[in-house]
Amino acid sequence: MKRVVITGAGTVNALADTVAGTFAAFREGRCGIAEIDVRDKERLGIRIGGQVRGWNESAHFNRQQIALYDRFTQFTLHAAREAIRQSGIDFSDALGLASGVVLGTAGGGVTTWDENYRAVYEEGKNRVHPFVVPRLMNNAAASHVSMEWNLRGPSFTVATACASSNHAMGLAFQMVRSGAATAMVTGGSESMLCFGGIKAWEGLRVMSRTACRPFSANRDGMVQGEGAAVFVFEDYDHARARGAPMLAEVVGFAMTSDAGDIVMPSAQGAERAITGALRDGRLNADDVGYINAHGTGTAANDKTECAAVAHAFGHHADRLMISSTKSMHGHLIGGTGAVELLACLMALTEGVIAPTIGYEEPDPECALDVVPNTAREARVDAVLSNAFAFGGLNAVIALRRI
Amino acid sequence: MHEGCGGCGGIVMADSVRDRVIAIIAEQAVLDVADVKPEMSLEDLGIDSLGLVESIFAIEEAFDISVPYNANEPGKSDFDISSVDAIVRAVEALVAAKAA
Repeated sequence: MKRVVITGAGTVNALADTVAGTFAAFREGRCGIAEIDVRDKERLGIRIGGQVRGWNESAHFNRQQIALYDRFTQFTLHAAREAIRQSGIDFSDALGLASGVVLGTAGGGVTTWDENYRAVYEEGKNRVHPFVVPRLMNNAAASHVSMEWNLRGPSFTVATACASSNHAMGLAFQMVRSGAATAMVTGGSESMLCFGGIKAWEGLRVMSRTACRPFSANRDGMVQGEGAAVFVFEDYDHARARGAPMLAEVVGFAMTSDAGDIVMPSAQGAERAITGALRDGRLNADDVGYINAHGTGTAANDKTECAAVAHAFGHHADRLMISSTKSMHGHLIGGTGAVELLACLMALTEGVIAPTIGYEEPDPECALDVVPNTAREARVDAVLSNAFAFGGLNAVIALRRI
Repeated sequence: MHEGCGGCGGIVMADSVRDRVIAIIAEQAVLDVADVKPEMSLEDLGIDSLGLVESIFAIEEAFDISVPYNANEPGKSDFDISSVDAIVRAVEALVAAKAA
C-alpha cells in the first residue's frame, strides 16, 4: 500500500477565490452568506446564500471555453489551476497516463438546465444552443480537467448529494493508495444558486431565511452555497522524489449507507463511517484533535451528528474540537466536502481551527466543543471531515499532519 | 444561452444575408470579417464539428429558419457546407423559401 499526500489545493467559494483568502476568512470567522443576486429573486422565499460574487468568467476563460463551461465547470477549472500550480506536478508525459480526475457534484450544470428550461418553457423557444448537453452533464467538469491537464487514467464524477466530494476524494485516495494511479486530481464543485436550484430546496422547508447557525439551539436550517475546491492527491514516494510541497497525508476513508430514510439522517450510519475511517487510517480515537462537521444547521443533522461523534469517540468526544464552516461559506451540496477539507488542511498546516460562526445558544443535544464564533490556535495531529448525504450515504475522510 | 444570439446581436438588419452569414462565420472562426473569403472551407477557417453546429445554431437564430443538418451525415445533408459561398447560398435559399 502506498502512502498518499496532498500536494496542492485550490478553491473558489463565497469567501475567496484562493486557498489563502479562504484561510484568512476562516481565521477571521468571516461570513460569506448574504442576500443573493439571481434572476427572478423576487419570486423566491429564500433569498440568502453563499454566492460567489463578482465572478468574471471572461477574466478566466476565452469565448469558446465559456460557450462550453457551465458555472460549475468554471469553478472547478479555476480551483484546479491553483491546486496544480501549487503542486508543481506535470502530467504532460507518462505521468498523465497513470493519473486521473475524480470529482463530486450533486447537480452538475444546474444553471444550464435552468436557463434552457426557461428558454423553451417560459419563453416558448423551440431551439436551444447545441452545447446544452455537453455543458450540463455531471462529468463535464471532470472531463474538462482531464483535457486541460492530460489526465488519461481513471476519471469520472461521483454524485451522492451532499457527500459527493467526500466520496470522490475517498475514491481518489483509494486509487493512489492501491497503486492504481500515481496522482489524482480530486475534489468537487456545485453551482445551484439559480432560480430553479433555490426553488427546489425551498420546497423541502429546511432552509433558513436568516443565517446558518450550526449546533446553536436557535438554528433554523441550512443555507446554500456555491463554488469548488480541488486537490492533488499523490503517491508519497513520487511527491518526495520530486520535492513536492506536502500539505497533509490522507490516511483513512470509510463510507456507509444508512439504508433507512431518504432524508432523515441516522446516527448509527454516521458513527459507522467515523469509526470506519479511524480504523482505515489506523488512528486511535484520541489521535483526532479536530473534526470538520457536516454541520448543516438543520435541527435533524446537527443533533444526529453530535450523537454519532459522542458514540464513536466516547470520553474523547469532550476533548476534541468540531466545527462547521458551512456557517461561513454555506452548504455547497456536492462540492461541500471539498471546500471543507480546506479547514482540515488549515488545522494541520497552520494550527488554526476554523470556527462555527453564528453560534448563539448552547443546545444540550449538541454538547461538544464546536469552536463557537472565534477561530482557535491549536496543534492537532489528525483530523476528520464528515459528510452525510440525503439518501443516507455517509463518507468520512481522515487526514494526518505530515 | 449567450453565444448564438451574441453572434447576431450586433448585426444591422439591413445587411444582406451574405454579410450576416459571413459575420457569424467570422465570429466563430475568431477572424476579421474581411479575412473570411467565399472560397474558404470550414477547415480553412479552423471551424471544427462543434463550431459548425454552433454556427448553424447562430444562423437559425439570426434568420428564424430551420437548417436541415445532421452531424451524423454531414455529407448527405441538403445544406451544402463545402465552402463559405456554399453556406451563404444555402442560407439565401432557405430565407427565400421562408418568405415565399
